[in-house]
Amino acid sequence: MTKRYALGIFEDEDVLLHAIENVRAAGVKIYDVFSPYPVHGIDDALGIERSRLPIAAFFYGLCGLSFALWMQIYMLGFDWPMIIGGKPHISLPSFIPVAFELTVLFCCHGMVITFYTISGLYPRMKVPVMDVRSTDDKFVMAIELKEGTDMGNLTQLLRSNGASEVNEKEMTKE
Amino acid sequence: MQHVSPVRIPLVTSGKTYHDVTEDVCRQVEAKPNIRWMAALSVALFFLGVFLYSVYRTLWYGIGEWGLNKTVDWAWDITNFVWWVGIGHAGTLISAVLLLFRQKWRTSINRAAEAMTIFAVICAAMFPVLHMGRPWLAFWVLPLQNTFGSLWANFNSPLLWDVFAISTYFSVSLVFWYTGLVPDFATIRDRAKGPIARRAYALLSFGWKGGAKHWSRYETVSLILAGVSTPLVLSVHTIVSMDFATSVVPGWHTTIFPPYFVAGAIFSGFAMVLTLMLITRVVFKLEDYITLEHIALMNKIMMITGSIVGVAYITEFFIAWYSQVEFEQYAFINRATGPYWWAYWSMMTCNVISPQLVWIRRIRYSIPATFVLSIIVNIGMWFERFVIIVTSLHRDYLPSSWAMFSPSIIDIGIYVGTLGLFFTLFLLFAKFFPVINMAEVKSILKYGVDNGPTYGGPNTGAQQSTYRPTGAPASAPVNYNKHD
Repeated sequence: MTKRYALGIFEDEDVLLHAIENVRAAGVKIYDVFSPYPVHGIDDALGIERSRLPIAAFFYGLCGLSFALWMQIYMLGFDWPMIIGGKPHISLPSFIPVAFELTVLFCCHGMVITFYTISGLYPRMKVPVMDVRSTDDKFVMAIELKEGTDMGNLTQLLRSNGASEVNEKEMTKE
Repeated sequence: MQHVSPVRIPLVTSGKTYHDVTEDVCRQVEAKPNIRWMAALSVALFFLGVFLYSVYRTLWYGIGEWGLNKTVDWAWDITNFVWWVGIGHAGTLISAVLLLFRQKWRTSINRAAEAMTIFAVICAAMFPVLHMGRPWLAFWVLPLQNTFGSLWANFNSPLLWDVFAISTYFSVSLVFWYTGLVPDFATIRDRAKGPIARRAYALLSFGWKGGAKHWSRYETVSLILAGVSTPLVLSVHTIVSMDFATSVVPGWHTTIFPPYFVAGAIFSGFAMVLTLMLITRVVFKLEDYITLEHIALMNKIMMITGSIVGVAYITEFFIAWYSQVEFEQYAFINRATGPYWWAYWSMMTCNVISPQLVWIRRIRYSIPATFVLSIIVNIGMWFERFVIIVTSLHRDYLPSSWAMFSPSIIDIGIYVGTLGLFFTLFLLFAKFFPVINMAEVKSILKYGVDNGPTYGGPNTGAQQSTYRPTGAPASAPVNYNKHD
């Protein structure tokens, strides 16, 4: 499926943030904004909600902690109890290091895998980008062109908000 | 029109633009390997060969090839292990702790420092694995039931904690580093001319496009990883120090070890970062990104951690005397005046005295002095581990089993060989990966440089350079100051 996008190219992040606000105020829906680095404030300007990844990370960590404690208590306390250094079978203080490490391990990997999955990031040969300069030095605002959208008006809107150029781009949906 | 803040010194000099950053960092990735790089790589590969030969001897003939004896049954192997792990810690400190403290200057050095972490941990891991003698049975350290029954691993052992700590540390550092690399691989991909390079970097970039939502999640992930890596890095060297501290050997059995080892790790790690950065900035012409200011700041961290280490040395001595335990007292007198006095005094000179020179501003800002100092510190930190390990073991409770240790040629070969392994990996990294985090450097490019009203086009009314969202009340603080 092919979709058409209007691309407003911006040179500066301040200009971009004002433009996003004005474009949204004009009732135009922004598809996405591509930038070479994380622009602070763009989440609020675009109305992106705060990521819930930290909550996921917390629960992954909790899983790691429970698993580590279960593993150590089950193995050394119940399955094959051994007396080591005259300590009780379940000597919790010496289980702390492994419990901590597994908490961190589960938390980090769980969160990172979730991040790549929900963002649709995976190794692939071809990456269709809107404008190759968006990973270098340009900020690219992409607006989907629906049937009957007046490109002239849109160009005028983007231009008046500081876009240095306005292009049209056809993208084939993967 | 450009105003340079008197308080905040710009982190990147020469007024670079976003495009300049891309150009400067991608240049060496896109250029053909030059002769100096090839020469350096050949030297590194030669030492990698030495490593492989020494490993072959160790595996084929057994660890009898090493200089260990019945009394000193832990020497260079564990010394090198602790040394390498310690070096690795600076990378995590820069990428995680300095991120939490909002030290923006870290952005130009964190990529290379994290790479250093990963390669140093790889080198470190060689030693315990080789000391097993039969590394093909290395999986025995995992909590798997043993082959003949239902015996599990011993979770009360600090050596087992080490397995968990080092493997967690390695994999988390790798993921942290790679996630940071993804946007930069995308930059290289979008610039790549050849089809092979474009495909290769497309694969590496995971299809990154730099959308707003992705950046938002990326920043969240970085922050959480930093928050979790900070206690992790402290735990790793704490656990390494417990390999010694939980034993009853005089000179090892002390509660000061965890903080003392962590400070020492950061100390030696920063020394190694300085050594590598001073070379990298010249070879890749990155003087505008890794400035004298960066070098001075790293020197300061080195001086502080070096002083902590110095205090720890003196405290150990004091406690040995104060404890009234004669074995403990002898262990320390023996360190300073016994047959290994030269190792002890090398350690004291390199680690306690030399970093104090950094108090002098001229030395702090001098490249040759810093380079020499960073090498001295790394030598000193190697001696610290040697002193702790060998001088404590060679004379403990029973005088009839006292002995001396001298390394075999294979011991030396493995140690020098891991340096070869480290530099091989680092050189490959420096050639094919962006050595500076381009995305993060671009985000701090305006630090300390106030451009004034950036947008004065028609039909706006928005003349102020700071941005305030429509929804926010007029009294709300402006959160979009890029300098915080």
